[in-house]
Amino acid sequence: MTAGPPETIAARTDTGSVSTGRAPALIYRHSVVVRVTHWINVLCLTILLMSGLQIFNAHPALYWGNISDFAHPAVAMTAVQPQNGPPRGITTVFGHSFDTTGVLGLSHDAAGQPWERGFPAWATLPGEQSLAGGRLWHFFFAWLFVINGSIYLLAGVLRGHLWRDLLPNRDQFRHIGRTTLDHLLFRFPKGEEARRYNVLQKLAYLAVIVGFLPFMLLTGLSMSPRMDAVWPQLLALFGGRQSARTIHFILAWSLVAFVLVHVFMVLVSGVGNNLRSMVTGRYAIEESRDAAE
Amino acid sequence: MPPNDLHRRKLFAGAALGTLLLGGCDRLAEDPGVQRVLASVEGLTRRVQRLLGGARALAPEYSEADLSPVFKANGTLDPDDEDYQDMAAKHFVDWRLEVTGLVEQPLRLSLDDLRAMPSRTQITRHDCVEGWSCIGKWKGAVLGDVLRQAGPRADARYVVFRCADPMDNGNPDSKYYESIGMEEAFHPQTILAYEMNDTPLPVAHGAPLRVRVERQLGYKMAKYLMRIELVDSYADIGSGNGGYWEDQGYAWYAGI
Repeated sequence: MTAGPPETIAARTDTGSVSTGRAPALIYRHSVVVRVTHWINVLCLTILLMSGLQIFNAHPALYWGNISDFAHPAVAMTAVQPQNGPPRGITTVFGHSFDTTGVLGLSHDAAGQPWERGFPAWATLPGEQSLAGGRLWHFFFAWLFVINGSIYLLAGVLRGHLWRDLLPNRDQFRHIGRTTLDHLLFRFPKGEEARRYNVLQKLAYLAVIVGFLPFMLLTGLSMSPRMDAVWPQLLALFGGRQSARTIHFILAWSLVAFVLVHVFMVLVSGVGNNLRSMVTGRYAIEESRDAAE
Repeated sequence: MPPNDLHRRKLFAGAALGTLLLGGCDRLAEDPGVQRVLASVEGLTRRVQRLLGGARALAPEYSEADLSPVFKANGTLDPDDEDYQDMAAKHFVDWRLEVTGLVEQPLRLSLDDLRAMPSRTQITRHDCVEGWSCIGKWKGAVLGDVLRQAGPRADARYVVFRCADPMDNGNPDSKYYESIGMEEAFHPQTILAYEMNDTPLPVAHGAPLRVRVERQLGYKMAKYLMRIELVDSYADIGSGNGGYWEDQGYAWYAGI
């Protein structure tokens, strides 16, 4: 499995770059609550996305307001049969139509047969068309996600993790330009600076934790007719049930975008070190260049 | 073995497990044990929603300006049933709503009987389980009034709605049915609607009578009502899950 001598691999995994020769310092970065809730969240969000797309497929169209104006959806995925040739998948966004055959509107089953459905089978849970099944998965993991998130938030507030580790300080804000430039050039902090998240990380994580995820829950609850009887304010907040459904959909894909960037940054900033810190809690700090050279 | 090599192996094992989980999801999804575990949160959702809003919380009501220009008709649009077609041809003058089961006084009510009762008119949003919504205006007799007239016995726990529409190619054994609990049945917005948007209920929307259960999804709101049956359990009806769609795997509690 390993090509070089074990020491080289070890050093590389620790620091995420070629070793400077000195053993890096291991710090305790992630508490057990953060680590466990993080991986449960990975499971929840994966299943919530796939079962959510299954539910969406039961009526692959989005609207704004309280009701569905079937003649004028904001977004719709359909299959059409041209006069000659095979059926096509068409996605319409604000009146503009795109041919999305193979992915949206029309995709193919395992035998290669065309299949009219919003999102393809590989993206949904269950893979077959099953609204009842999708709802079973979605609501079970929605509860798990809420309980898991509540534990994280409660621990984060009680132990100060949220303020201490995720709230940027004034100094960090002042250097946001420099941080952004470093980030874009993949220059990752070393030494003391690597002990904390940079301002962009903090803002991204905070936005997800206190913004996107809670609003995901609230827009989801707005679609529940019983919740609308309990808290009619939800409808006022999101501009109606169909608006809430549309926002739920947009937030879901915003979270997908966040996860893609997050995983990309994990990969390029020392995947072994990052993954170990989220498994064992230990994170290796490479000495800053000034000190090492 | 250096610790990080060990660590790598753990990661590979984790990735393999993840792939296995996703790949096996479909087989897992069909497993009855897994289905039971997943469905176990239904009661939790129902209890928490009741706890948060109380039993009497009202569904939002809208104004005439909010009415859907086109209210989508779903499910059965014209029952494939000879008796029903005969009644429809005669404008439902021979139609009677039976109230049976665990009641002191079984009832047989004509449309005129129902119209003579105090009515409730409400403009509400209809949410289909598929995801779409329409707003319509409904007028009907309050189900609670009808039930009080029949006098539910103390052991009555569910109200079962028996319908005229066969769901399986005209097979009379496959007629649509639904059920709700006593609390939902006595909710002030739960009505037996004979009018929609100021006209007699159209056939596509369940003529002559459909139930409105405004705090739940559309499939609870049975159309083509023939009989209301009070029971202590729905285990012996259909496949025993409390409704036609419930027997196809949908949740009995459709408040979400």
